[in-house]
Amino acid sequence: MEYEAVIGLETHVQLKTRSKMWCGCANEFGAAPNTNVCPVCLGFPGVLPVANEEALKLTALTGFLLNCEVARYAKFDRKNYFYPDASKNYQITQYDKPSTLNGFVEFEFEGQLAKVRITRAHLEEDVGKNSHFERHSGVDFNRAGVPLLEIVSEPDITSSEMAYAYLNALKDILIYGGVSDCDMEKGMVRCDVNVSVRPKGQKELGAKIEIKNMNSFSGVRRALDYEIPRQIEVVKKGGKLNQETRRWDDISGITETMRTKEQAHDYRYFPEPDLMPFAPDDAWIAGVKARVVELPLAKKQRFMRDYQLPLSDAQTFVDDVPLGDYFEGIARRARNPKAVANWVINNLRAKLTETGSALGDLKFPPEHILELIGLVEANTISTKIAQDVFADMFASGDSPRAIVDKKGLVQVTDGGAIEAFCDEAIAANPKSVADYKAGKPAALNFLKGQVMKLSKGKANPNAVGELLEKKLQA
Amino acid sequence: MLNQATITETLPRLRNGEISARQLMESCLNQIQATDPKLRAFLHVDAEDALRQADAADAARRSGEANDKPLLGIPLAMKDVIAVKGQPLGCASKILAKFISPYDATVTQKLKNAGAVIFGRCNMDEFAMGSSTENSAFGHTRNPWDLDRVPGGSSGGSAAAVAADQCLASLGSDTGGSIRQPAAFCGCVGVKPTYGRVSRYGLVAFASSLDQIGPFTKSVEDAALLTQVISGIDPRDSSSVPEEVPDYRLHLKQDVRGLKLGIAKEYMVGGLDPEVSRAVQAAVEQLQKLGVEVQEVSLPHTEYAVATYYIVATAEASANLARFDGIRYGQRVDGNDPIELYSKTRGAGFGPEVKRRVILGTYVLSSGYYDAYYLRAQKVRTLIRQDFLKAFEKVDAIVTPTTPTAAFKAGEKSSDPLQMYLSDIFTISCNLAGISGISLPCGFTSNPKLPIGLQLLGKPFGESTLFRLAHAYEQSVNWRREKPPISAANK
Repeated sequence: MEYEAVIGLETHVQLKTRSKMWCGCANEFGAAPNTNVCPVCLGFPGVLPVANEEALKLTALTGFLLNCEVARYAKFDRKNYFYPDASKNYQITQYDKPSTLNGFVEFEFEGQLAKVRITRAHLEEDVGKNSHFERHSGVDFNRAGVPLLEIVSEPDITSSEMAYAYLNALKDILIYGGVSDCDMEKGMVRCDVNVSVRPKGQKELGAKIEIKNMNSFSGVRRALDYEIPRQIEVVKKGGKLNQETRRWDDISGITETMRTKEQAHDYRYFPEPDLMPFAPDDAWIAGVKARVVELPLAKKQRFMRDYQLPLSDAQTFVDDVPLGDYFEGIARRARNPKAVANWVINNLRAKLTETGSALGDLKFPPEHILELIGLVEANTISTKIAQDVFADMFASGDSPRAIVDKKGLVQVTDGGAIEAFCDEAIAANPKSVADYKAGKPAALNFLKGQVMKLSKGKANPNAVGELLEKKLQA
Repeated sequence: MLNQATITETLPRLRNGEISARQLMESCLNQIQATDPKLRAFLHVDAEDALRQADAADAARRSGEANDKPLLGIPLAMKDVIAVKGQPLGCASKILAKFISPYDATVTQKLKNAGAVIFGRCNMDEFAMGSSTENSAFGHTRNPWDLDRVPGGSSGGSAAAVAADQCLASLGSDTGGSIRQPAAFCGCVGVKPTYGRVSRYGLVAFASSLDQIGPFTKSVEDAALLTQVISGIDPRDSSSVPEEVPDYRLHLKQDVRGLKLGIAKEYMVGGLDPEVSRAVQAAVEQLQKLGVEVQEVSLPHTEYAVATYYIVATAEASANLARFDGIRYGQRVDGNDPIELYSKTRGAGFGPEVKRRVILGTYVLSSGYYDAYYLRAQKVRTLIRQDFLKAFEKVDAIVTPTTPTAAFKAGEKSSDPLQMYLSDIFTISCNLAGISGISLPCGFTSNPKLPIGLQLLGKPFGESTLFRLAHAYEQSVNWRREKPPISAANK
């Protein structure tokens, strides 16, 4: 019998706000322990939370980006449990009235468009971080109270690879929307997995098993690659799986029981009395909607369609948003957008990397790229000379036309001048001439190169090729 | 004696230089020294700091900074549940023993801005849970009128300190009657403002949706003044309301003729002490003489108030008190793992009533019980609020006794939590409904002589009307001139 996996993911993402969720402390990674703290995020006696407006906006924005309904009435609840990293011993979260619900994410997977439904994306607070030393433990509350979005998917994922693709797509969307930096190294994205197996074709779901403690997307993939066969093995042998929570051990690469259903927490959720329900008005919603951006997948498809770009170019511009914006600014006015893409990706990006500068530092206006392409297309300069002109333009900011004029780089198309260079090259390289005549066409390229060198690159390469061939075959 | 005067009587004397803030503070400190060994209204008094503040107030007055400081030099005491930077914030609990607040409550900040001298931590029931101040971890406060009796609670220390003239006024907190009931027992004025009227930032939460800070004073005018200073929306408290704060004292002297007063028939229940009943009846007649119209109103869900209260309040408390775990501050008893540390710390740090309520609150929120208890209680709470809003369509305020009896004896109810809970039967609904309330003296029992409290309940943000009614009544009777023996002895 064949088995299939049913997978749902709970992804926690830190929101990109300046301050924390309930207080004015900085939302900042890497500060010395317990320096970004105040009575509020330390849970001191008597303090009260006040919701961060920008976090509420980023939550609603995420809702729009994930095709969710954005609730016109949301509220916060207390989730009660004792743990040293929780400064109040309850977490403020959204239980039954989340800010967003019922959406979906579309992404490319195995050459097709895959869709995973989103149950909800709700706002809550991050907790502190425990550290264990030889004789004692410490808690760093810098992270406590950082706004955290929990994005819960429906169990629409069927494999570890699909889970991996979904997470990457989700991450791209959130980075794109400016919702989160999604830096895994800094713990900005964390993920729990719910997975069960069932015989293919069976409707009822198997026992749901939750896996925690993966700290990377590849960790999620590895955990599923371990867990799915494990579950199938148990069922195949006639065993029974029970609902439980398991812990992923990244070093040994296995999952092990953390707590069974009987040991599950009773979180005793109830409405947070310190915060009023949140009922945004039309203007507020409209303000958030105005911040919705085009999603990576849609952008990629549009670039391929509108600018006739190959997938790799489109992907480059989707991955590097400023570069894509720069390209688009020029490509809209270009007859041949692909030529623009070539210049932007092959030359401009390389130069920026080489000099460690950014688009904002450019000395020349975008129009110069169009001008450069025009010079090549009009055969005024060769492609090779154009490289030099670009380098000059990048360094000086001068217009391509001015550089060509100043340096006398106009392509030589005059037949007489080219012929003289050809004769000189043939005379100087008798061995290559002999090779060519003996049936080695590669020798022609060498001679062509010699002519170009003699002309200081200014000869029209096509004309050179034709003339050489004619002379050698004579 | 300077300490015996009201704020309103004192301010002109400070202003014209007849007395200094230092003299005033010294007079209160003397009274504390003379009476507190018996009364035990205070958990902590830093005399040196109090005098330093008083001197600063005098200096400020000399340099002409007094104009925008309506309370400059007035000594106020704080219930040990309100944060004052640099002072202990212990909630009369062992678990917070030695905890010093690193920040000011919003009310504290407002009082400081008004120039008040904020000194002393008043005793209370641990974490404001109780009706007699017998649940303090640091000794019982006595009733200034009879040292064998309780001052009420949970703000018993704040009430006793005002009644015994140890300060001019104090702040307390009221979750189910914790200001009004001790005010009634001790014979002073106590106000429970409308929920959202006064910021709760810096008030250690017992039940967040019920708690409200309010003043204890020796006159209604003082109460109006203090309420005005501490009221207003606070960006640090999302439950505070952007309702304008009226000039309460301006409205105080308006005629009460034609105001409509409701008598809730459900409040005239069995168990009401005949002397209390007679005193309240006489007060109603007095108000009628002043031109107030009286009619009967009905609050049909009153009988469910106590049960509803003890579900809502304990549920919220169970979460609010979870932060006292010995990890970040307060007393810690170590363990081999976090769970053992929590158990030992909380086991040693909390008293029996706090434990009882945390357990009760945890139970009513538990999976499988939530709907039957917490959710149901919230629905009943809505009905109770609607009862009041409906009644307030007909009347401007509702009059009741503050408590069914005058102050009871220490130890009398401490072994029977339910009897203790029932002593709040008239005050609890006000918090559940989120409306305003005030208690003021309306007479005495004969033997022993104990104060009786009159409660007026007002509309949401109806404090102005309550102050008018209470002031008119107060000015037409002489109860407030009576001093308890412990204060009178030091005259």
